[in-house]
Amino acid sequence: MAADARRTLLVAAGICAVTSFIIATADVTLSSIIAENRRLDTVKNILIAGELFEEGVDIGATFAEDIEPVMIELATGEALPEDRFDDALNFTDFDVDTIARHEEHGRAIDPDKDIAQIDRAPRYMVVYFVKEGDAFEKIILHVYGRGLFSMLYGFLSLEEDLSTVSGITFYEQGETAGLGGEIANPRWQQIWKGKEAFGEAGEVKLTVVKGIVDPASPEATHQIDGLSGATITTRSVDNLVKFWLGDEGYGPLLERLRQERTSGESAAGRGLSDE
Amino acid sequence: MSEYRKVFLDPLLNNNPVALQILGICSALAVTTQVENAVVMTLAVAFVAAFSNLFVSLIRNVLPGSIRLIGQMIVIASMVILADMFIQAIAYDVSKQLSVFVSLIITNCIILGRTEAFALKSPPGISFVDGIGNALGYGLVLVAVAFFRELLGSGRLLGVSVLPTVSEGGWYVPNGLFLLAPGAFFLIAIFIWLLRTWKPEQVEEG
Repeated sequence: MAADARRTLLVAAGICAVTSFIIATADVTLSSIIAENRRLDTVKNILIAGELFEEGVDIGATFAEDIEPVMIELATGEALPEDRFDDALNFTDFDVDTIARHEEHGRAIDPDKDIAQIDRAPRYMVVYFVKEGDAFEKIILHVYGRGLFSMLYGFLSLEEDLSTVSGITFYEQGETAGLGGEIANPRWQQIWKGKEAFGEAGEVKLTVVKGIVDPASPEATHQIDGLSGATITTRSVDNLVKFWLGDEGYGPLLERLRQERTSGESAAGRGLSDE
Repeated sequence: MSEYRKVFLDPLLNNNPVALQILGICSALAVTTQVENAVVMTLAVAFVAAFSNLFVSLIRNVLPGSIRLIGQMIVIASMVILADMFIQAIAYDVSKQLSVFVSLIITNCIILGRTEAFALKSPPGISFVDGIGNALGYGLVLVAVAFFRELLGSGRLLGVSVLPTVSEGGWYVPNGLFLLAPGAFFLIAIFIWLLRTWKPEQVEEG
């Protein structure tokens, strides 16, 4: 019996060793390719949100030429100077989940205000400006929130008036294919273009409704059709958009940019670094 | 050689894993909303089935009975991880659409079913072919179901619009039932029915 047990253990150990070796080898060989694919996919989504993407375009080159990333401190809406960057907080390594969980760079959200159900949020986010000379023509905001089965990650872009929506994309989501998964469908995403995110008094009015928007309603300019058969995902998108456009998200940044624009400071027309 | 041919061709229609053995239904319901997904899924399953069969067959004489099942599962799980990594490296966009279903191949009864029923008792070469054959039999059902689901559920085939839908300005009102799992269920049932009408020997003794 002891010999049998020993043999069993040996075979088991052998199987584990061989399979581990195979997987580890594959991982080491492929992980950088996969990480690069993921990064390119994220950049592609930024370009799509900024309406800079076309089939066959050089993603890296377009991003380098036309997009300016800026690290923003969400609470103040001010750009973070580069001397305050560190290992986790910089343009290359920035990952929303890592930063959100970080003790210093992330913060717990007041449960009453946590409509996107993300528990913790980053204190800093990278905001992408589509350059136009000295100023910007679009601002691309990284947004995310909890869906029905998964976290939804995407980019929402606004025109230079800081209220008209230019586009939205979701680069990562795990909702039901054909239902909630339709948030990744470009045809639905196109509905967002031209909608007004804010009302007269500057309050967030962008809403994803249940059902189809009534075009005759005066509120229609703020509303987006919901996804049929995907009520919870629809509500999740509605919540995360409201969260990130509001005071807990990019509200202070957008407010600062609006003030700078109306006060006519041309150098700060980009609203970027405060040198 | 003729034995290899038999092992390869049988699972297509005579002994189809989905239609006759009624295995692998779960993913057949989940990934068949689009033909492209069904094709990539089939390739992934073929990879996993063939190499799982191969490796299980290689260790069939040394694998102790007490860890027979878990041993097979570890081999299958490893192949699934590899397949997932390959798809993410080679075709990232498709991997995003298939998302969790590639990882779920480990739960596909066809794979474990074949390692148990065939690879444990047969030499490596023919086990490898059996894996591919069964995966292709599964793929046949998947692509057939996906063909109708994509066409009737969204008016498209391989992403190309064939029946212009109302939301695109056309005439076709997409049949939502086919986008949901029950639609796939009905299609599979029809497939089984048609197959058994053609080959009555597959009808079980009543």
